[in-house]
Amino acid sequence: MTTPTVIDQKRPGGLANRLRSRLQQFLAFGGLIVIFAFFSFASPNFLTFSNFTSMLFSTVVIGTLAIGTTFVIITAGIDLSLGTGMSLCAVMSGVFIVNWQLPLLLGVVLAILFGGLIGLVNGINVALLKIPPFIATLAMMLVAQGLALVISKSTPIYFDKVPAFSSISTGNLIPGLNFPNAVIILAIVAVIAAVVLNKTVLGRYTYSIGSNEEATAISGINTRKWLIVIYTFSGLFIGLAGVMISARLGSAQPALGSGYELQAIAAVVIGGTSLFGGKGSILGTVIGALIMSVLNNGLQIISVPQEWQNVILGIVILAAVYTDNIRRRGVSA
Amino acid sequence: MRRKTIGVIAAAAVFAMTLAGCTAGSSGSGSTSTSGGSSSEPYIAIISKGFSQQFWQAVKNGAESEATKEGARITFEGPPTESDVEQQITMLTNALAKKPDAIGFAALDSKAAAPLMEQAKSSKIPVIAFDSGVDSTVPVTTAATDNKAAAAEDAKHLSELLNGKGTIGLVIHDQTSKSGTDRRDGFMDWMKKNSPDIKMLDPQYSNSDLAKAADITKSIIAANPDIAGFYGSNEASAEGVAKGIQESGKTGLKAVGFDSGKAQIDAINSGVLSGSITQNPVGIGEAVVKAAMKAIKGESQPKFIDTGFFWYDKTNIDDPKIKALLYQ
Repeated sequence: MTTPTVIDQKRPGGLANRLRSRLQQFLAFGGLIVIFAFFSFASPNFLTFSNFTSMLFSTVVIGTLAIGTTFVIITAGIDLSLGTGMSLCAVMSGVFIVNWQLPLLLGVVLAILFGGLIGLVNGINVALLKIPPFIATLAMMLVAQGLALVISKSTPIYFDKVPAFSSISTGNLIPGLNFPNAVIILAIVAVIAAVVLNKTVLGRYTYSIGSNEEATAISGINTRKWLIVIYTFSGLFIGLAGVMISARLGSAQPALGSGYELQAIAAVVIGGTSLFGGKGSILGTVIGALIMSVLNNGLQIISVPQEWQNVILGIVILAAVYTDNIRRRGVSA
Repeated sequence: MRRKTIGVIAAAAVFAMTLAGCTAGSSGSGSTSTSGGSSSEPYIAIISKGFSQQFWQAVKNGAESEATKEGARITFEGPPTESDVEQQITMLTNALAKKPDAIGFAALDSKAAAPLMEQAKSSKIPVIAFDSGVDSTVPVTTAATDNKAAAAEDAKHLSELLNGKGTIGLVIHDQTSKSGTDRRDGFMDWMKKNSPDIKMLDPQYSNSDLAKAADITKSIIAANPDIAGFYGSNEASAEGVAKGIQESGKTGLKAVGFDSGKAQIDAINSGVLSGSITQNPVGIGEAVVKAAMKAIKGESQPKFIDTGFFWYDKTNIDDPKIKALLYQ
């Protein structure tokens, strides 16, 4: 999945870095397998086709957000506007498709682009106005939450007149198989994101800005411009997540979404992307998101009281980051 | 010199943020509504549990129309989600600071507001609790659905639908508010007492997140192949149960809900949900303002105002009497 990037090769220690990032993926993947095996053993009802698809299905929204924000986190940034930005995009998809009655495809594209707009504003605030990403996106989180309520007049927008919209998420492209389209879309999106991160200029600059922004700038790259591009690109995923959640629910829920950003960030971190930047992968993020939803689902299946489910989830996040740290210390020693 | 400038800017920024915080706090995520304009009108500040769910909009409409009738001025606000206990406390604090003539308050957490209740008492501002009670003797009265009785009615209907046997899943909207615990306990108590052959799984909590409720429902269906029925304890939970059942593709399940809302009504019409309990949100809003006016005038009133509830299903959903209580 991961292939060498030009910048990586030029940078001293790039090869070792790559190996390390691979190793973290293996660790995360190993963790996923262990968790999966444990639940399969603990309950005969865990490993069934329908439960398997519903686990994948519940990964879609968080997964989409996490994949997009992987880019931002690799630049050593953070995006807290993911969750409420997603609600705002969901509401906008309702405005475009239901209120304005635009053609479905156009409405979906506009909603995704609206996510890009959110990212663009974040990018300008971070790169040009030099507002720390945490603050810039915290502000955007509040703005988006407020706007979602204002624009929707605090009422959900229903898509029942446009049944085709829901089939984006819940329809079955594969005939005769109850396998939701949303999962297929997530897979396609993951592949596209991985290609962009590993094979394009955008991806290369994402890594190099995260590794050392100053050095990147000195080497003649317009880091401001590229940061804006990266945030905007990542914003498109916020838009897509907004479309996916409203398609799944058949309604745009303006109050839903706060808290989703932290779940998405957790997925990215479990997947081995460093919050300090310069390191990370889409595959890792996808595995991280899967670990989160497999844990959620599995703990429910084996009837762990809900109060404890969050405790366990928190411990898993700590364990993931801790093993990552130990390993890194081991390598550099 | 430069450090000084930065200091000034920082101070200005902090000041601006404080100001912004105050305004944000006072207007919250809710909107301010006024009727009439004269300042001699009694002012009632209403803090609800939520704002965007249709239920709260219906409560707001009821409160507004009653306020117009009685010549009162009201504001109606609520936190963005029903887990924002702290934010709600801030709203209540700010409302008290405005020295209203009365306060309407629907507590997200029945205990968290107790100190503020004492503060209201010492400033002689009468408090009308609504929707869920507060663990305090301060409120003059509580205008609410008898949630335990309403949940028991839901249990009775689900038991009948299942002929008194089978495994059922419970999706409850939260575990801290009184409406959450009452609707859980009212349902479970009735089942245990009257329908011992129905096996209830441990309740799961949706935090009023529709997507989460749907995922929980699907997990329960996956974990319990013999599942026969579901209970969803509010709008988001019931709609999530319906969504989860549909997504799982499992048929033959009986599910009952609570409240209304467009998706829930659609689910009842299409048969995914067998029926639901509707409260009387407009009536709750009216009762709050009515009780507040009485309290302002110093009239006595009962400690509890039962605003009523009704079972509705496919057969009576279009009955004008029921239809008036349902909101889309």
